[in-house]
Amino acid sequence: MRVRRSCVAIFAAALLGPVGPASAQTDVQALQQEIEQLRKEFEAIQRQYGERLSALEAKLGVQGVPAPAAPDAVQQQPQQPTVEVPPGAAGAGGPTGSLPIYGTASAASKIFNPDIAVIGDFLGAAGRNTVNPSPALEMHESEASFQAIVDPYARADFFLAFGAEGAEVEEGFLTFPTVPGGLLVKVGKMRAAFGKVNTLHNHILPWTDRPIVTNNLVAGEEGISDAGISVARLVSNPWVFLEATGEVYRGESEGLFASSKRGDLSYVGHLRGYHDLTDNTNVDLGASYARGHNATGVVDEVDEGRFVTDLWGVDATVRWRPLQRAIYNSFLGRAEMLWSRREQPGGRQHAFGYYVSGDYKFARRWFAGARYDRSERAEDAALRDSGHSVLLTYWPSEFSQIRGQYRRIKYGEGPTANELLFQFLFSIGAHGAHPF
Amino acid sequence: MNFINSVSMNVRTLVVAGILAASLAGTVANAQSKLNVVTSTEDLGSIAREVGGDKVNVTALARGFQDPHFVEPKPSFILAVNRAALYIAVGRELEIGWLPPLLTSSRNAKIQPGAPGYLDASQNVRILEIPTGQITRAMGDVHPLGNPHYWLEPGNGRLIAQAIRNKLSELAPADKAYFAQRYDDFDRRLAAAEKRWDATMAPYKGTKVVTYHRSWPNFMARFGLEVVGYVEPKPGIPPSPSHTIDLVEEMKRSSIKLIVVEPYFSLKTPQAIANQVPGAKVLVLAPSVGGVKEVTDYIQLFEYDVNLLAGALKQITGK
Repeated sequence: MRVRRSCVAIFAAALLGPVGPASAQTDVQALQQEIEQLRKEFEAIQRQYGERLSALEAKLGVQGVPAPAAPDAVQQQPQQPTVEVPPGAAGAGGPTGSLPIYGTASAASKIFNPDIAVIGDFLGAAGRNTVNPSPALEMHESEASFQAIVDPYARADFFLAFGAEGAEVEEGFLTFPTVPGGLLVKVGKMRAAFGKVNTLHNHILPWTDRPIVTNNLVAGEEGISDAGISVARLVSNPWVFLEATGEVYRGESEGLFASSKRGDLSYVGHLRGYHDLTDNTNVDLGASYARGHNATGVVDEVDEGRFVTDLWGVDATVRWRPLQRAIYNSFLGRAEMLWSRREQPGGRQHAFGYYVSGDYKFARRWFAGARYDRSERAEDAALRDSGHSVLLTYWPSEFSQIRGQYRRIKYGEGPTANELLFQFLFSIGAHGAHPF
Repeated sequence: MNFINSVSMNVRTLVVAGILAASLAGTVANAQSKLNVVTSTEDLGSIAREVGGDKVNVTALARGFQDPHFVEPKPSFILAVNRAALYIAVGRELEIGWLPPLLTSSRNAKIQPGAPGYLDASQNVRILEIPTGQITRAMGDVHPLGNPHYWLEPGNGRLIAQAIRNKLSELAPADKAYFAQRYDDFDRRLAAAEKRWDATMAPYKGTKVVTYHRSWPNFMARFGLEVVGYVEPKPGIPPSPSHTIDLVEEMKRSSIKLIVVEPYFSLKTPQAIANQVPGAKVLVLAPSVGGVKEVTDYIQLFEYDVNLLAGALKQITGK
């Protein structure tokens, strides 16, 4: 507006023409001042637009290739898109300045979208199993994940599972990585930190199924998975990595814990020790405990029996991965032992079970594995199942996997099952890295 | 119950011991008053040492001879990151498979992305191969934000050093002049070395080579070599017989006599290719500091690679 007014003034002055020598000189001076003023304003506007354009380009992720190695070129222009921490969000200990934007920045509308991935788990079975048969072919699970940083203080991870029985939130939790006191706090629905296998999603298991002991004592595929709060702390010491985790859950883990009153919570504790034996070899040990009410005393939705299940577990993992040839060779050996003490009508059942497994990567795309299982049943420890499996896995790429498993199980009731199981796993999108 | 009480007692003892150890560790750290710097790779670690001198303790997570795409986020790394005042990442999604869970588990607010103690070293360097069109996984394991092996260009090393100098000065303002002086010294030595490397590589400008993975675009562009093929058919996809046959034909047709390989890849396929192309050689270069024993710092990295490469090209071209 101001520029337009100035132009009109100059134009009018030019039209009026010379009035007299004194006034002419005054007019020339005024004109010069006006022109000077105009020049300054024009430069200011030019600068302003330049800055706004640069900011917009940075926001949209426009990434030019800067000239090579200009000295002291740092801070020239950010190439990775960033956003500023919202005003008022920077509290004590919180991040300040710019936050990186995750995912591709090809369009401004996608900037705040979470990383999204879908993992398909297709299973097939052949052979004979009269006790626990699975379908010949099934799209066992489709897992959709949504993961993003929520704000400077938390990140969120959602895993939705779609299967034959419908859809459910497999996990959906917030993680606070910057809580004072060196704590790592998680809130939401999650798989409990009980042992190793309970924490793992289907697609990162080294088998097509879960060990028998998991099915018999820890509620099978779902495991201890519930709404709750988890607090983990590193226990400082000069020798090993030691982490203690305490968790409180609503008390509902289907097939294991049941909560008929608000106060019937379940509890999980886990202690993990880890040590690098060499650059290539490490050992990972854990001890776990879980306690909660079970459903055996519930009559008409009232827990008459007030029966409780206690679980103890120990796990051990040995990894060998020669750093220079890690993409070709590695080995992971793992064992978990579990004890269950289950109160139920008719008395207490003490059941024990374990598995031992090994998975060897013998070429860039190939793995061979084996597992031995033995477990009593939680509700009737006199019934003991045992089994063994051998596996062969092929990775066409990092994003797909084909696996075959021969499994033989001798069930406590007497029958023996001989099965050939196979699996196709495939992943699309950006799936976040899993914890070690 | 006795068992539970006993476990509870032991846990309590451990916690007390842990607190004591932590206090002791804190005292030692204060006495040394050095900034703990953790880097994703040994290259960034070496540059951080050049600039930080004796005012910093530097820990590099990935070893120079391992594939930096596939590092395991081991709990021992969590301990290192937990104590860091500054984390320097390569960025451009090189560490996407392992760094995010490490940072989340570190319980260290200072080095979370966006915090003052987090530095993405790729922010102001020359990045090549930034995809412009639509990309899909059918292209292999492509990096949507450009090729992350950018440190293999001395000019980028200088820019990384500047970013580290600025960041260290921000975190320890009292030592700003010290970091500036260290940077200037590094810059001088790097510039002098660059003249030497340029002279060594000058006769071979325009020579065509094949590399295993797309690790070398910055290096080859800087020294005027042309990469015309890869042993991998697509990034991250292992060699296939049909691609290998095509590559052999291309090498014969274009008289390409050199295959550059990173130390973490098998030499079997490159060697088989070289055997079918008359006069061809396989050369294992160091893609990072620590890639081979002799390469102990960033300047040594180029010294080693340039000399090895020039030696091989001399034999091949006779220049």
